[in-house]
Amino acid sequence: MFLISCPYCGVREQSEFKAGGEAHIERPKQPTELSDGEWAEYLFMRKNIKGIQLERWNHAHGCRKWFNAVRDTTNDEIKAIYKMGEKPPTI
Amino acid sequence: MKNKYSIFSLIKNAFSYHENWQKAWKDPAPKKEYDAVIIGGGGHGLATAYYLAKKHNMKNIAVVEKGWIGGGNTGRNTTIIRSNYLWDASTGLYDHALKLWEGLSQEINYNVMFSQRGVMNLAHNLQDIRDLKRRTHGNRLNGIDAVYLSTEEVKKFCPIINTSPDIRYPVLGGTLQRRAGTARHDAVAWGYARGADEMGVDIIQNCEVKGIKRNGDEVEGIETTKGFIKTKKIGVVAAGHSSVLANMAGLRLPLESKPLQALVSEPVKPIIDTVVMSNAVHAYVSQSDKGELVIGAGTDDYISYSQKGSHDIVEGTLNAILELYPIFSRMKMLRQWGGIVDICPDASPIISKTGVKGLYFNCGWGTGGFKATPGSGDLFAHTIANDEPHKLNAAFNLNRFVSGDLVDEHGAAAVAH
Repeated sequence: MFLISCPYCGVREQSEFKAGGEAHIERPKQPTELSDGEWAEYLFMRKNIKGIQLERWNHAHGCRKWFNAVRDTTNDEIKAIYKMGEKPPTI
Repeated sequence: MKNKYSIFSLIKNAFSYHENWQKAWKDPAPKKEYDAVIIGGGGHGLATAYYLAKKHNMKNIAVVEKGWIGGGNTGRNTTIIRSNYLWDASTGLYDHALKLWEGLSQEINYNVMFSQRGVMNLAHNLQDIRDLKRRTHGNRLNGIDAVYLSTEEVKKFCPIINTSPDIRYPVLGGTLQRRAGTARHDAVAWGYARGADEMGVDIIQNCEVKGIKRNGDEVEGIETTKGFIKTKKIGVVAAGHSSVLANMAGLRLPLESKPLQALVSEPVKPIIDTVVMSNAVHAYVSQSDKGELVIGAGTDDYISYSQKGSHDIVEGTLNAILELYPIFSRMKMLRQWGGIVDICPDASPIISKTGVKGLYFNCGWGTGGFKATPGSGDLFAHTIANDEPHKLNAAFNLNRFVSGDLVDEHGAAAVAH
């Protein structure tokens, strides 16, 4: 249990948010040309990092906007928050 | 040679105040090379080593464990055993495990306290009823014992359940698998460790794996805190940390690691003699032999290795428990903890070869791995020894995420993922 600072609403309890998993997984530009293996990589394979992770969150019970976070998955400490479309800050 | 545990050895040792029991397993330093190394000394890893030695005559093998054996998720689960899954592949896998459970205490000469007290799954809405009836029919076609119960029959089987139609999610029915039940989780790890040790398996504790060495497309060995160990076969059974180990070998897995919580109450006299699970309201409960209520909560939806979950998850579970069992309203909870579970997109496990020769993964058991411990070990041992899956775990290969041949068990996992 931890607090998340929504870039639009401010600090709220984590239970107000929906986790969106690993960030910056780009949707294939040419889906019709992908092999099954490439689809599997896009759809299912994850880094599942133990340590500093870039991830997406949705303020589901608030403004319902998406944003990104940099979080240490070993202790759930959030290092930085940045908006969709922004480059991740260097930690 | 180990002394056999029996009533006679118990009496004999009572005369010496139980101070002269033999060590159940040795504490060896790692050799330079093994025929196979299992990474992870939980129930699944130790069972794998046991069956590799017993059925495949691989005696020059080791289990390496970063903590102490059985100190990971083997000691954190809620000990429920059942095989009432939906798909043919799953019932094959889980019922194979259940059949092994039925003879396990005799097989390993260690009382795992397997108790076939039945597992009941409750329905709280019309879709639950349809799903559970479908699952019951599927189970029976696959030779798994399963019956569908009316609300009255649920009440008769477990009288303390509140079956009033006035509660928020009334009990509309349920299923019962009578062969299902619970077992003592520590005993399973200890029993397999003792059995494997007796056959010559080295169980190496406090030995963390730091790297997996590859030579092109095959494995060469592992780098550990106790030095380099050479081996041609590596079986990874590391639960929540599977992705971390895969990363050491340059692989990615379709897993997300999340906290799963459980809690136990103060001990009370026997009050619930079965296991009751409810997917819709997310609550399940049984009573340990010590008298504690053993309660399972859900997973958090974010990736975390922190081994602690959110308070609101526990609160939601206890709300549901109290509505279904008003009799527990003044119980005190003694302990609460979280473990990290590795969840697959289809809520089914992976027991599989990989693209790297000699590297095998047994992972993705998510929220329900304990029940499969003997079967998982047996089938993983077969896969490692023969470099080919057994027909019972063929469907649980890593390639299913490429082929699309998924084993979607979200509905049959007793709690929502």
